[in-house]
Amino acid sequence: MENRSLISINDHTPEELIKILDLAEKFEEKPKQKILSDYVVATLFFEPSTRTRLSFESAANQLGARVIGFSDASNSSVQKGESLKDTILTVNQYSDIIIMRHPIEGSARFASEVASIPVVNAGDGANQHPTQCLLDLYSIRKTQGKLDNLNIALVGDLKYGRTVHSLTEAMCHFNATFHLVSPTELKLPSSVKRFIKEKNLEYHQYTDLMECIDKVDILYMTRIQRERFSDPIEYEKVKNYYILKNKMLENTKPNLRILHPLPRVNEINEDVDNNPKAYYFQQALNGVFVRQAILASILGADPVNK
Amino acid sequence: MSEKRKELVVSAIENGTVIDHIPSDKLFLVIKILGLDNFNKPVTFGSNLESKKIGQKGIIKVQGKFFQDHEIRKIALAAPKATLITIKNYEVVDKRRVELPDHIIGIVKCVNPKCITNNQNVTQRFNLLDKDDVKLHCHYCEKITKKENFEFL
Repeated sequence: MENRSLISINDHTPEELIKILDLAEKFEEKPKQKILSDYVVATLFFEPSTRTRLSFESAANQLGARVIGFSDASNSSVQKGESLKDTILTVNQYSDIIIMRHPIEGSARFASEVASIPVVNAGDGANQHPTQCLLDLYSIRKTQGKLDNLNIALVGDLKYGRTVHSLTEAMCHFNATFHLVSPTELKLPSSVKRFIKEKNLEYHQYTDLMECIDKVDILYMTRIQRERFSDPIEYEKVKNYYILKNKMLENTKPNLRILHPLPRVNEINEDVDNNPKAYYFQQALNGVFVRQAILASILGADPVNK
Repeated sequence: MSEKRKELVVSAIENGTVIDHIPSDKLFLVIKILGLDNFNKPVTFGSNLESKKIGQKGIIKVQGKFFQDHEIRKIALAAPKATLITIKNYEVVDKRRVELPDHIIGIVKCVNPKCITNNQNVTQRFNLLDKDDVKLHCHYCEKITKKENFEFL
């Protein structure tokens, strides 16, 4: 991935994705190593984020890089009406790599075309979130020992949930069987479903989670995101559709692990947190190692051996 | 001979272009997107004419006009089965079906209101996903714009 932007999971071969996961394993063994001390990382967050921004900044800091940027567009010249192009061209001159989250879809691709330095997409609206996808893949491989031939349930907002879109597209490389659980209004869009169809993979659609919970290896829960709805009544209708409770896990497979990109609101009951099948907090920690791997890989720095 | 007579249902032109095999319901769209409603030379057109190929067709004859590539791409998006006939001195010198390019730049809008191309000064770019059904995949937001949602620029 050296010197290349990371915009959409679809731009990358499964081999490239696996290379990042292998590299992330090395950083998990030894997360603090000053291999990026000559670099300045810019984090431009036009939309609020806790985990993605902090885990990127933690990843960069642990590798010795310096971090500049903003976490709120209202503190930047965007507030004065600056175009994205002008912001990117400016920051381009101050840093070696740009990490960007932006509410407009396609903004990351556009930024990568404007910038001469690599751009990492940390979420562009409801479109793509490739670094979350890589940490999801890392968590799946770590908990299941493999990525191939798994049964994966995607639950909640499959329409607007960008992590769901990226993960579905990535898992199509690994012969997954998909169990798509959502309210009718929030089904997986056809633009994403076509990836499953192109590979002739099996998929099932449900509105009731209990119909597939005992069949799956991975239960990927998502939040129904208020900010993606233009109509608040539509949001109120579907917000409490899926709430995972501990007793629902009774007959599930022993290797089942529950993932969630976080933050959760109420879709996973707190009584699930102590179940050994709950993996979402470890998943968030994996984000640091995966983002270290992404930074090191793009900037062309090798991890030191132990 | 009978073929020729059919073509003459709309009057012949000396120099210019005939756009044939336009679906009847796309005729006025093609006129509009090519700006022929504001053209200053003779334009004749026919609608609901008989066609062996597509049932009923529309046809446009434009005097003194030879279309550029970007105009031909517009025709192809609105009427993928259209034929373009170049006339010089009342003779047909070239006849070909319009062709959809693999990359479509700056012709139609992306259907997604949250796409960067609908929010900032960024040119629309699509990859042609399906030649028969004319589905466009946005290079930026990755959403699909179908032909029934085409909004020409």
